[in-house]
Amino acid sequence: MSNNLVEFNNISKFFGSVIALKDVTMHIKKGQIMCLLGDNGAGKSTLIKTLSGVHKPDEGEIIVDGKQTVFDSPRDALDLGIATVYQDLALVSLMSVTRNFFMGREPMKGFGPFKTFDVNKANSIASERMGQIGIDVRDPSQAVGTMSGGERQCLAISRAIYFGAKVLILDEPTSALGVHQASVVLKYIVKAAASGLGVILITHNVHHAYPVGNSFTILNRGKSMGTFDKKDLSREKLLGMMAGGEELDKLEVELKEIDRTNKN
Amino acid sequence: MSVKSKSIQNKSKDERLRKVSNLKVLLNRPELGALGGSILVFIFFGIVAGDTGMFSAYGTINFLEVSANLGIIAIAAALLMIGGEFDLSVGSMIGFAGICIAIPAIYWGWPLWSSILFAFSMAVLVGYANGILVVRTGLPSFIVTLAMLFILRGATLALTRLITGRTQVPGLRVLIENDPIAWIFSADAFKGVFTWLGSLGLIALRQDGTPLATGIPASVLWWVGMTIFATWLLMKTRYGNWIFASGGDKLGARNVGVPVGRVKISLFIGTAVAATIYACVQVLDAGSADTMRGFLKELEAIVAAVVGGCLLTGGYGSAIGAAFGALIFGTVSMGIYYTDVDTDWFKVFLGAMMLIAVIFNNFIRRRVTENK
Repeated sequence: MSNNLVEFNNISKFFGSVIALKDVTMHIKKGQIMCLLGDNGAGKSTLIKTLSGVHKPDEGEIIVDGKQTVFDSPRDALDLGIATVYQDLALVSLMSVTRNFFMGREPMKGFGPFKTFDVNKANSIASERMGQIGIDVRDPSQAVGTMSGGERQCLAISRAIYFGAKVLILDEPTSALGVHQASVVLKYIVKAAASGLGVILITHNVHHAYPVGNSFTILNRGKSMGTFDKKDLSREKLLGMMAGGEELDKLEVELKEIDRTNKN
Repeated sequence: MSVKSKSIQNKSKDERLRKVSNLKVLLNRPELGALGGSILVFIFFGIVAGDTGMFSAYGTINFLEVSANLGIIAIAAALLMIGGEFDLSVGSMIGFAGICIAIPAIYWGWPLWSSILFAFSMAVLVGYANGILVVRTGLPSFIVTLAMLFILRGATLALTRLITGRTQVPGLRVLIENDPIAWIFSADAFKGVFTWLGSLGLIALRQDGTPLATGIPASVLWWVGMTIFATWLLMKTRYGNWIFASGGDKLGARNVGVPVGRVKISLFIGTAVAATIYACVQVLDAGSADTMRGFLKELEAIVAAVVGGCLLTGGYGSAIGAAFGALIFGTVSMGIYYTDVDTDWFKVFLGAMMLIAVIFNNFIRRRVTENK
């Protein structure tokens, strides 16, 4: 029990008459990368928003460090160390690397009403942190707009870790990236988990999820199809279990059918 | 990470940091356009009107005062624009604040200081209303504040006529003398220096021996003070970072814990309060309030902010830029009287300047985000 960083038990979420999520259960341990897989419309976004405190679950319980909690806002989740990196990354491309890194949590110096944003300290922390993951920030006052997609993703993750995340929820971190950049980001995620974080990796790309994940939860039409350890699951089986897998099998059969009728 | 690898990394980092010339750094600053524009304007008038008295103490004070008045509202408008919103109700707020000062003071017998405070509290209310409407409804601020433009101007006119039977409220001058706070908006600073300069014969004197320019008007000090304060706010405080973040990416900022709603509401209060400062300066200077005061000032403030490098889409800009934008505006609007040019052409110049500024700003934004 106690080695679970976070437990989400039997989470359900309804929007009017629509059942967006039904009885989804996930447990995340230290150092574990749990991949959440599902096709479009499977309820991934709703689940993320529920896990990160944007939505309140209508049923089920959230247990952080063995204590049952309710998230009233994303801030509550954040305060308990559950940080979400959304697809849009929450980066402002016109602002500098440093200003983005510390957005909302600026280091201060001075007293009382004369407290000011400690730009020098912020600059040095930002470039040090980015340096640690092998991203060479030439100039921390350069705008984020000048960085590549992978670098931005790493900046967003590194920011979440710096501000004390224990559990990272990553929403499609590799979806918009090329092969090389995706592998840089995945490598960083593995490193983060190895340092003791729990990671929930949301993706629909089995080829990105399978190499890095320890366990896999598959979501289909708002329901969990179960959580599987990597040793019990081959890549092919995983592919097959996603809604897309079945569909693709059907498509193959249909294509053969068309092919046959054309030949005749 | 071991010490050794770190030092190597630091070294390689330095190698990668290309020496960028100061000119290039300057080229990426938002206020560059307005700064360059100001210099060009001064060179132009220096050549065309250098010997006409435009740059005498009296002439300088004149165009500085016009710049300062606009600057006061332009700086607040710039902060709001960086925060991603517009306020079109600034001009109407000036008129409204004017009668909020004049009617209680003249018709209800309030002491002047209390009616000034009353005007400021009304400004906070109007700004709050603008802000909460924009934040809560998610409607474009353009629409919400356009509605407020008409509501305020209409209310100003209707209330003034209802209470006073006309559209002007004169008679404030006698109240200024002994008021404890009116001097903040109406007094001239450094009077002694000007008298001294006059006695040395360095600046022009009136018939009675007092200098023609009696001192630096309070509005100029407000303008300079607000520029410094707004710049400090933007560059050096947490709140400043939140302004950039709210305007640059509202959702992103909210997701990392920036209280976007509160930031925007406070910025709307800022523009309404700035409009009230403007109104105080004008009303106390003229000794009267007029329901049509501040007409079209909201657009002039936006021109100054945009010329000063603010992007209409938010997230980028500077207070210094807006201050220079106002300086260009004031210098040209006064300077044109010293030239042979028909003053009717002023608005043409204004429009053209804004177009050039927007094109230039777009170019700067591309430079900044693409690092080319």
